[in-house]
Amino acid sequence: MTPFDYVRAGSMREAVELRSRSPNAAFLAGGTTLTDLMKGGVEKPSLLVDIRRVPDLDYINVSSGKASLGALTKNSDLATDPALMKAAPMLTQAIAAGASPQIRNMATLGGNLLQRTRCPYFRNQAFACNKRSPGSGCAALTGYDRGHAVLEGSSQCVATHPSDLAVALVALGGEIQAEHISGQRNIPLSEFFRPPGETPWIETSLQRGALIVFVETDLPPEARRSVYLKVRDRASYEFALASAAVGLHQDGSRIIGARIALGGIATRPLRFATAEASLIGRTADEAAFRDAAAIALGEARPGRENGFKVELAKRTLVKALKLASELQQ
Amino acid sequence: MTPPDLSRRDLIYLTASGGLLGLGAPGSNAEAESQQAQARPEKRSVELTVNGERREFQIAPSVTLLDALREHLELTGTKKGCDHGQCGSCTVLVGGRRVLACLILAISEHQGEPIETIEGLARDDGVHPLQAAFVAHDALQCGYCTPGQIMSAIGLLREGRPADDDAIREGMAGNICRCGAYEGIVAAIRSISAGGVE
Repeated sequence: MTPFDYVRAGSMREAVELRSRSPNAAFLAGGTTLTDLMKGGVEKPSLLVDIRRVPDLDYINVSSGKASLGALTKNSDLATDPALMKAAPMLTQAIAAGASPQIRNMATLGGNLLQRTRCPYFRNQAFACNKRSPGSGCAALTGYDRGHAVLEGSSQCVATHPSDLAVALVALGGEIQAEHISGQRNIPLSEFFRPPGETPWIETSLQRGALIVFVETDLPPEARRSVYLKVRDRASYEFALASAAVGLHQDGSRIIGARIALGGIATRPLRFATAEASLIGRTADEAAFRDAAAIALGEARPGRENGFKVELAKRTLVKALKLASELQQ
Repeated sequence: MTPPDLSRRDLIYLTASGGLLGLGAPGSNAEAESQQAQARPEKRSVELTVNGERREFQIAPSVTLLDALREHLELTGTKKGCDHGQCGSCTVLVGGRRVLACLILAISEHQGEPIETIEGLARDDGVHPLQAAFVAHDALQCGYCTPGQIMSAIGLLREGRPADDDAIREGMAGNICRCGAYEGIVAAIRSISAGGVE
C-alpha cells in the first residue's frame, strides 16, 4: 500500500470537512473494496477518513411506500431484516446473493453503491484502463471480454457494475441523500449511475467529497411480488453474468404494473422502462415475458466473447418474471 | 506494452500476487507487506481486545488486522491465503460476527469491538467441540484453510441453525478449500449444528 494518513470522523459533518481538506482523501467504511484496491496500488488515497463509527447512519426504517436505509447499514443486516424481506423481496434477495457472509458482515449500503468494477484490467496495472488511468485506453476492448457489458458500453470502457443490491434499488427507484461540504443534496436513483461515455472514470453523479447519508427507496405495489435472480459461473460467491430484479403488480392474471432492472450485462445497473410498459395490460405468461425480454435486450451490442450474455440475460429475465408471477400477492 | 503508471511498489505487488486472476500462494504477500511496513515512518498506538485480552502496540495505518494478529501479536493461527478477500482463510470474529481480517485496517478497530481468533476457541477441558468435529469428520487435509473454516462455521452457527446441508454450503461459500475437504466440513458443521454452539 502507498503510505497514507488516517483520521477517524466523529460525525457526518466532521467527515465531509476532513475530506474536503485533502483532494486525494477517501472515506473508509466497510473497506471491502477500498482496502483491496489500495493493496494493489489501484487506489492511492493520501488520507483515509474513517466513517465506521459515525453515529446515526446505521438503520432500516420500512414504512408504507418507502424504506429509509442508513448508509452505514451492513449488507447482512439489510439482507435479513424481516420487514424489508416482506416489503421488497427483490432487494433482500439481491443483497443475500452478493459476495460472501464475511463480506456482507463488513460491507455497507453506501460502499456497495460506490464499489468499483471487477474488470480484471482495472485491477491490474500492467494493462490500460480509462477508469484507473484516464486516457490510457481500454484493454478489455481487445482483450478477454467474456464478463463485460453488452449494453451501454462505449469506445472507452465496457466494464460492468458489480453490485447486486444496486440492481434492485434501481428497479424500485427512490433517491440518495448525500452530505457535502457545500450542503445536502438528493440524487434520484435513476440519475445516480452514469454510463461510461467518454469519461468512464466518472461513475456516479455524486459530487467529489460527498458522503452518502441514506437511501430512500420507493416501495411500489410491484415491490411485494418481486424476485432477484442471479446467474453466475458457480453457485455462490461470484459476480453475476446476468441478473434480474423484477416485480409484478397483477389484477388476477393481468399485469397492471411491472419493474425490471438487469445486472451483470451493462456498464451500470439498468432499468428497462419500455420493457416494463410492454407488460401492462397483458396476461402474465411466458409469451409476454419473452416479448419484454426481447425489448430489453434489443439494443445489445456484444463484444467478441460475451455474445452468450444476450440470450442468457433474456432467459434470466423471463425466468425471474415467471417466478414473480407465481408468487402469492 | 508499457505499463502506464507502474512504480517499484506496484511491481512488488504484481509479482507477489501472481498474475491477473489467480489466488496468490499462501503467504505470498508477506515479504512485500513487511518491506512496506518497514518503509513507513509514522506509527500509531492501537489497542485491540483479542480473545478477551487487551493488547496495545504500535503500527502504521496500512497494517491490516491480519498482519497485526500474525506479525505484531504473534497469533499465527489466522492464515493469510489470497490476502484479497477471496479465500476466507483469514476469517475472525469481530463483535461476534465473522469478517475477513485481510480487508480490515487494524487501526480502524482501535478500541473497537472484541476480536476472536482460532487461538481463543479452546476451553480448559480441551479443544472446542467444532474443532473436535473437524478432526472426527476428516474436515481437512493440508489444514491451511482450517482456522478460517472453523471461525466462519462458528459465525454461521451463531447466526442461527442452518436448515440443511445446502444452507451450510451457502453459509460457508466464503471459505475455499483447495484440498477439497468440503464433504467433511459440511458433515462436521452438521454434527454440531444440532446441539448449538456458544
